[in-house]
Amino acid sequence: MTVTITVNGADHALDVDPATPLLYVLRDDLELNGAKYGCGLGQCGACTVHIDGKPAFSCLTPVGAVAGRRIRTVEGLGSAEAPGLLQRAFETEQAAQCGYCIAGMLMRAQALLDRNPDPDDAQIRAHMQTNLCRCGTHMRILRAIRRAVAMRKGVQAAQEMRP
Amino acid sequence: MKRTRWTGWAAGKWAAGGALVCLVGIGAFLGIAHRSGLPAVPPPKAADFPAEMLARGAALAAIGDCIVCHTADGGVAYAGGRALATPFGTLYSTNITPDPETGIGNWSKEAFKRAMRDGVSRDGRHLYPALPYDHYRQVHDGDLDAIYAFLMTRPAASAPARANELIFPLGFRPLLAGWKLLFLHQEDFTPRPDRDAEWNRGAYLAEGLGHCSGCHSPRNIAGAEKTGSDAYSGGVAEGWVAPALNGSSPSAVPWTADSLFTYLRTGVDVRHGAAAGPMGPVAHGLSRAPESDVRAIATYIASLSADRAPGAPAAADRAAEAARANPAGATLFAGACAGCHEGGAPMMTQGRPGLSTVTALQLDRPDNAVRAILQGIHAPTGPAGPAMPPFAASLTDAQVADLAAYLRSRFSDRPAWTALETAAATVRKEESQP
Repeated sequence: MTVTITVNGADHALDVDPATPLLYVLRDDLELNGAKYGCGLGQCGACTVHIDGKPAFSCLTPVGAVAGRRIRTVEGLGSAEAPGLLQRAFETEQAAQCGYCIAGMLMRAQALLDRNPDPDDAQIRAHMQTNLCRCGTHMRILRAIRRAVAMRKGVQAAQEMRP
Repeated sequence: MKRTRWTGWAAGKWAAGGALVCLVGIGAFLGIAHRSGLPAVPPPKAADFPAEMLARGAALAAIGDCIVCHTADGGVAYAGGRALATPFGTLYSTNITPDPETGIGNWSKEAFKRAMRDGVSRDGRHLYPALPYDHYRQVHDGDLDAIYAFLMTRPAASAPARANELIFPLGFRPLLAGWKLLFLHQEDFTPRPDRDAEWNRGAYLAEGLGHCSGCHSPRNIAGAEKTGSDAYSGGVAEGWVAPALNGSSPSAVPWTADSLFTYLRTGVDVRHGAAAGPMGPVAHGLSRAPESDVRAIATYIASLSADRAPGAPAAADRAAEAARANPAGATLFAGACAGCHEGGAPMMTQGRPGLSTVTALQLDRPDNAVRAILQGIHAPTGPAGPAMPPFAASLTDAQVADLAAYLRSRFSDRPAWTALETAAATVRKEESQP
């Protein structure tokens, strides 16, 4: 069966079983290896991607359920050569230790910043609650998100200062 | 002309008479409605109460689950402010910490007991029956004293009450005197001599502090619980169906005292499902209450459904038939649910409930199943408890409807659910409210 999905703005027509988890299709068919397989039970968040702008567990999302909907993965935030603002903030704070959870962390955090560009600490913590990091770098991850908020404000302030 | 004047005179006389009757009526009503304030007292100190009394108060407060309604999301414990949606508008719970200005710090024991039994604030205002004083009337004096001691020794927090948003004219509190005249007749609990001590203890706790029938019984048009044969025949709480606990219980496997004890104590029973929605906090409270009291409650509640009504649901699993009837639902189940809920999945080998015996799929209404799919289930009793991720971001309303229809036809022999997409849309709309 052919399923057409839109990932990071590009359409892909795929010959797959519609019950296949979106995560497998992203990694195996589209070679977008950012999202990771962690628990396969929707309990850890390593597989988090955006579906129509909202963070979702791609390991529990049948690909047939997202036909025609907008999917965004960590590859959509920037590349190694040109990382996005949130990715730069994670890098500066050295938020990754082993890095396995980070693609999911980034996507989860990006969903918050898209909705609320200036979240307070309580909002960040509540929003990030669902994603786990076995290395225990949560404090750095929180710092990285706060840094991204400050960076965006800095960019904005710099832009406003231009004549 | 004459006739008209006569009519006018009579009408005037009747009108005057009517007005007089009304005035007398209003006066009498206000007389009944008036409750005087009780004097403010200096806040008691922890040393005023024996340690045993404080421990007992803590246990009883856990069974009554005071903390759930009297704590806002992320707020200070017992400082109130939680929104309670009712068919009559939204009420906000009040601060029951011992803060003298905004809490109950200057309430005497007598004022506290009057509030618990008669629904009257220290200052004489009537309280709304969202505070289940119809149940608390049945609580023994000594137990109310212990709860008072417990609450008065919590950390005080300054949190003024938020104004209620009720439909007109229910903001006028003296009207509650009328409600009480009609519905507040409960007496102190009297044990039944034909039952043993454990059953009577359970009945005392469930009918009084536990106020189980507050959700598990239907309510009449005035918001009062229906009693008699309607008691425990099922109700609604915060959009979730509170299943019947009497003979008309919809569970596929009959409840026993043991299975109820496990469910109330751990938030999950393998033959019935996980405590979700407003039942989650109940299990949380009972996981911390004295074990013997939870056993007693389980014994009493299980006895209510000892005589099962004919035609009760039976466990079912018709995978092939359901897949033929709902192929789209079967595909969604395979991709989204089977990793945990299909036979042989890791979760199923760890003593979690199988869907063929989960009560949510046997109910007349799909609300609980739809809510669990969209919102997930939050581990009620701690991190090791049953948890399910939410699917609101990954599944559309139409997909939730397909999935729920498949689940119903596969795991239940009850009639198919209708208007599933509307049910999903309703829950989702509520989710997006701030």
